[in-house]
This record gives sequence, C-alpha cells and structure tokens, in this order.
Amino acid sequence: MREDHNGDVAPRVEDKLFHNRYLVDAGRPHIRVLPHEKPSRALLALTHACPAGCYGVNDRGQVEVAVDGCMECGTCRVMTAGTGEIEWNYPRGGFGVLYKFG
Amino acid sequence: MIGQTFDAIVVGAGPSGNAAAYVMAKEGLKVLQLERGEYPGSKNVQGAILYADALRQIIPDFHEDAPLERHVIEQRLWTMDDRSHVGMHYRSDDFNEERPNRYTIIRAEFDKWFSRKVRAAGVTLLCETTVTDLLRDADGRVTGVRTDRGGGTAFADVVILAEGVNGLVGRRAGLRGDPAPEQVALAVKEMHFLPRDIIENRFNLRGGEGVVIEAMGTITAGMTGTGFLYTNQESLSIGIGCLVSDFADSPMTPYGLLEAFKNHPSIRPLLAQSECKEYAAHLIPEGGYRAIPELVGDGWIVVGDAGQFVNAVHREGSNLAMTTGRLAAETVVALKRRGDKATAFHLADYKRRLEETFVMKDLRKYKGIPSFLHGNKQIFGLYPRLFSAAAQTWLRVDGTDKRTKEKEILASFRKGRTLPGLIGDAVKLARAWR
Repeated sequence: MREDHNGDVAPRVEDKLFHNRYLVDAGRPHIRVLPHEKPSRALLALTHACPAGCYGVNDRGQVEVAVDGCMECGTCRVMTAGTGEIEWNYPRGGFGVLYKFG
Repeated sequence: MIGQTFDAIVVGAGPSGNAAAYVMAKEGLKVLQLERGEYPGSKNVQGAILYADALRQIIPDFHEDAPLERHVIEQRLWTMDDRSHVGMHYRSDDFNEERPNRYTIIRAEFDKWFSRKVRAAGVTLLCETTVTDLLRDADGRVTGVRTDRGGGTAFADVVILAEGVNGLVGRRAGLRGDPAPEQVALAVKEMHFLPRDIIENRFNLRGGEGVVIEAMGTITAGMTGTGFLYTNQESLSIGIGCLVSDFADSPMTPYGLLEAFKNHPSIRPLLAQSECKEYAAHLIPEGGYRAIPELVGDGWIVVGDAGQFVNAVHREGSNLAMTTGRLAAETVVALKRRGDKATAFHLADYKRRLEETFVMKDLRKYKGIPSFLHGNKQIFGLYPRLFSAAAQTWLRVDGTDKRTKEKEILASFRKGRTLPGLIGDAVKLARAWR
C-alpha cells in the first residue's frame, strides 16, 4: 500500500478514492448538471470544491460531472441551490458509496 | 412491510433515527425504519466522538457490548500556524472511570450495533430503500412514504424524518428550505491504521485510553473551519472541515487542505507509518440556532442533522441527534397513550421538550457564534500566527531582557490587529459567547 502522506507530491484525489468501496449504478448517475451555455461562478467552483473531484470543465467551457467517486456529501447541491444548475438525488437504495468505517 | 400501516415510520438509521425507532419500539409501538444504505452506517460519517450520556439515557448498559474504541482521557486544543502550534491540553486520570463520559467510535461499526438493538426491540428495518416522497391526505397531512423499492408505499400515524444533513425528503416536500452555503461545513476525513502499541506509545496512552486533538489556524487557509485527530484502538481518524461558502471562494481543494494538514510538522510524526484505508466526505450543519427549520407539522417530526442540531462550538452533534430522536419518540408515545392525533398542534410538545434540555439551551446560547466566526477570518489566520510568534519570543533565550520581550509581544498584537481591532474582536466574541 502506498504511503500517501509524503508532502512532496501534490495530492491526487484518485489516490484517496481508491481506498473506498462503491456499488456503481451503471448508466444511472444520481447527479446531473443541467444543460448550460456558461457556468455560474458557483457551478465552476465545484471543479475544486468537490471532495471527490467529480466535476470538470469540457473544451466548450461547460461543467461536467462524473459521479463514480461521489461520496454523496451534498456540497454541490448546497453550493448550486441558488442557481439551480444541478439535479441532485440520492443513488438508488443500496447503490453508491459504502463506507467501511465512516 | 411495504403497503402496511405502522404507528410510526422513521426515515434513516443514523443516531437520531435509531434513537427514535428504539424508544418507540420499546414502548410497544409498531415501527418501520427505512435506510438507503446497504447496511446502517454505510452512508454515515462522523469524526467520531460518542457522548455517553445521550446514549445512556436510551440504552443504559450500552458499554457492555457496544463497539467502542477508546475512552477520552485527554483533550488537546491547538491553534496552529504554518510551522507551530500553541496548545491547551487537559488530561485527567479522573476520566478513567467506570462509566466514561466520551468515547471515540467508528461509525460503521457503531451504527450496525445500534441497529441490532433497534431490531431486537421490534423495529422492522428495510435497508437499500430510499424514501422518495411523503404521502399526504386531502388535508395535506402526512400519512406515509413512497420508496424506490418498486415505488412501494407504507403508511403511519407519524413520519419521523431522521434523514441527515441533506434531508431531501423534507426539502422536496417543502417542509424546509435548503441550507445556505455558510450554514454547512464540508469535512473530509481519512482513516489511518497503526498497531495498537504504536498508538499508545505515540500518544502516551495505556489500555483503552484515548486522546482527541481539535485544531484551528492557518491549516484552513483563511477559511472558517477546524481540523481534528482522534485516536481509535488501531487507527487514527484525521480530518478537516470548512464552511461550504468558503470553499466556493477559495482555490483550495478539500483533499489538498487535508493533505497539507497531514503534512504539518505538528501532525506528520503522529501519522508516520500509518496506512490509509478510507477517505470520506460529509456535510456538517453549522448554522446553529438561527438555521433550525420548522420541526413539526401534521404527521411529521424532524430530528438530528436534518433539523440542524449541531453545536459547532463544542463539536457536538451525535448527542444532539440521539437526544432529539429520543424526545421525538417520547412525544409520539405520549400522544399514542392519550389517543391524540399526530397533528402539528400536538406534536409541538416535542419543541417544548427540546427547550427544557441542553439541546436548545446550548444552541440558543451560541446563536451569535456562526456569524461571528464567518465574519472574523483573522481568528483563523492572524491570531494563530500572533500566538505562535508570542510564544516563540517568550521562550527563546537569546540575551534579550524579559521586559523588552513583553513589549515586543504587545507591539506585535497592536501592529497586527490595532488596539481598536483587538478590543472590537474581544467584545464581539464576548457578545456571541454570552
């Protein structure tokens, strides 16, 4: 197992998510970014504020989400509640993150 | 079970939901509990500290078989700058008592145990079942829930919403609004495993003794937040959390912040050789008294994080969750005994019960704290730096006389914050604390 607290390396969220267990509901993402031309400041902030690094910007400058590593914290939901740019649901019962320790 | 009618339905199997379900079942009520996770605890995240008193009032002999990690004998409060920390520690052998006051726990283990007690008390638990909607009658009274289990429904006299910080069911039903980004904190946490004897040597512990560290300062990169490190039997829980509104304005990533905290010279040696086995993220309601939503209505009650029941100043939440769950359950049991309907009018008795306990008393006492912390960022940057510099000036023996050192320290505070600024901060804090 890699030692992941050596300060010289910039943290990669993938290295952290790798420890977690998920049951992915393939083809049924529980979060959707609604179609938009230009993302609001709040939506754009998710590209760094999401603790699972689920949000990115595509080459047209729009924000996209990939929910596989999602820990269902709800930060994106709270941050964009004012702009309504995200549709947020819990995963279907039994799916999503499965904390071993919590 | 789906399609049946119950005395009460509890949405969620965290501390508040389990407390509510257990108390009602013990009093003979027919209770259905719905949990979206594969098992209770699989969606739940906490530091985690268990405050024994709140659980003891529900399960007096819980310590006999609950999965407890370490009882806390030492509390360290640190203000940190980039290379130092100034600490206030309290350690007492008095905490080595027959009935310890606080324990560290691992929530997935603890929640499974609590759930076994709940089921043994007679509650019907359905896991892997997400509640999607509340059912209402023609008068708008809540009469049950719809689930994602084939769209199945269940009916009850009252629905107890113990659905956690995101509380989608209640929000969708219009029972409350979304919390504002400055009313919730995002916390990230890792579980680091180490052999038991290394933990005990490193933290000066024997047997089941435990240490908790709560830290604030430059570790949150100018944001309002705190870090923590808790000792478990064979693992350390390390985490850091800041207001969501601050994360929105900061370029920092939550995992970057956690990594920097782990690499702080005061923290890094404590984690040496450990193996990380999980990374978790969760929201913590931190809006306090002023963020508490409507708590009862016709056929429904809100408990735990869904009701914003967290005392952020004292890092207490699970005890408020269990206490609100218990009080909601006792309210429902009393109504049932009297033969009263679960109307908003009758359920308001829950609010009266809350007022008589530490829950509302403490939240009301600190109602000014969230806006004080949110609006005074120097508490997290400037002051920790000043404290550290002052301690260093005072402790370094370098030929400078002590009176000159005293003057230097006072001058650094005046220069850093100005005299009116210092007085203003003290007055604001005193007002918020009162």
